[in-house]
Amino acid sequence: MVESIDPRPFTIEERLAGVQRLVGVTGSKGGIGKSVVAATLALALADRGVKVGLFDLDFTSPSDHVVLGIDRRFPEEEFGVDPHVVHGIHMMSVAFFAGDAAVPLRGAATTSALLELLAITRWGDLEVLLLDMPPGLGDTSLDVINLVPRLQFLLIGNGSRVVVESVRRAAGLLSELNVPLIGLLENMRRSQTGVVRSLAQEFGMPYLGAIPFDSDLEAALGNVGRLRRTAVYGALGELAESLS
Amino acid sequence: MHELALADAVIKAALRAADEAGMDRIDKLVVKVGELQQIEKDLFEFSLTSVLPTQDERIADAEFEVTEERVRFGCKACGHEYAKDEAALDGGGDADEAIHFIPELSHAFARCPSCGSPDFEILAGRGITLERIEGSSADDG
Repeated sequence: MVESIDPRPFTIEERLAGVQRLVGVTGSKGGIGKSVVAATLALALADRGVKVGLFDLDFTSPSDHVVLGIDRRFPEEEFGVDPHVVHGIHMMSVAFFAGDAAVPLRGAATTSALLELLAITRWGDLEVLLLDMPPGLGDTSLDVINLVPRLQFLLIGNGSRVVVESVRRAAGLLSELNVPLIGLLENMRRSQTGVVRSLAQEFGMPYLGAIPFDSDLEAALGNVGRLRRTAVYGALGELAESLS
Repeated sequence: MHELALADAVIKAALRAADEAGMDRIDKLVVKVGELQQIEKDLFEFSLTSVLPTQDERIADAEFEVTEERVRFGCKACGHEYAKDEAALDGGGDADEAIHFIPELSHAFARCPSCGSPDFEILAGRGITLERIEGSSADDG
């Protein structure tokens, strides 16, 4: 006799079976631009005809839908839950369910919410699924590493000493956990210091280039037409090509 | 309805657990359904008993028992324990639908009736749990 099992983890592998490439986008530090990069990269991939998904895993402060200008709408249910397909991106976010309400979750509740979404979301066939990670290396990040098969990470950093230290810790931990690192992308670069490139070399991962600080970005958030004309979108073109 | 997806997870979990326990055949499954997720019980039971088990002969003849568990919230701020009906719930039908999909979203809409805090723990009655698997193997004779 077997007793008391949470059945949700047993269906995750099948839910993700049609996804060719799973990429966690993380920066380990809040405010580094993960969501803007993840959402804009998804847009750049979709614009290139890549079948791409975007999963906003920042349950307490989801923002990918803000970057892409997507309103709250409950996903369709049919043998699971279908991601919204907006601007060619297959997208799932807690914001579709909770709207503007704050979602104060402790660790165990975060894990359970993640399990639920992984178990019920029907991603179907995708070439790339981007997972926009929450800040830090807490419960959600560790759960994703444990639960999501074939996961690779794209690290985001900048030249600030505060960020460099944080990214160094993240890269060290991910290496220790044998999580493949696609590379390190420099975001919001204001000057050429070489610090981020050196950090990439330190961990033997590719330096994926730099996105310049773009003072016009804020005005483009929520409007994909304007987003496509930003320096951020332009700078992500090469990375989108390499992922597609 | 995503009841079918949840039932599918139960069947997959049962088959995996049976494998690990050396069972060749599953005789009985006991599944606990939490009040909070507002599962459509008829559809869930139908999925469990009539749709999914036919795909695997090891579970095709299993007996299914579905039990229900009432919600108990435990407030982290004041320690008060309360039922779903006692929680101050904002958001109307949208809240119910959101909680149906992801029970943890109760934290966005429910408040402790004693102190008003959204900081609570779901002590019981959250969602689906595979409570018990009974089975046998060819070696059992």
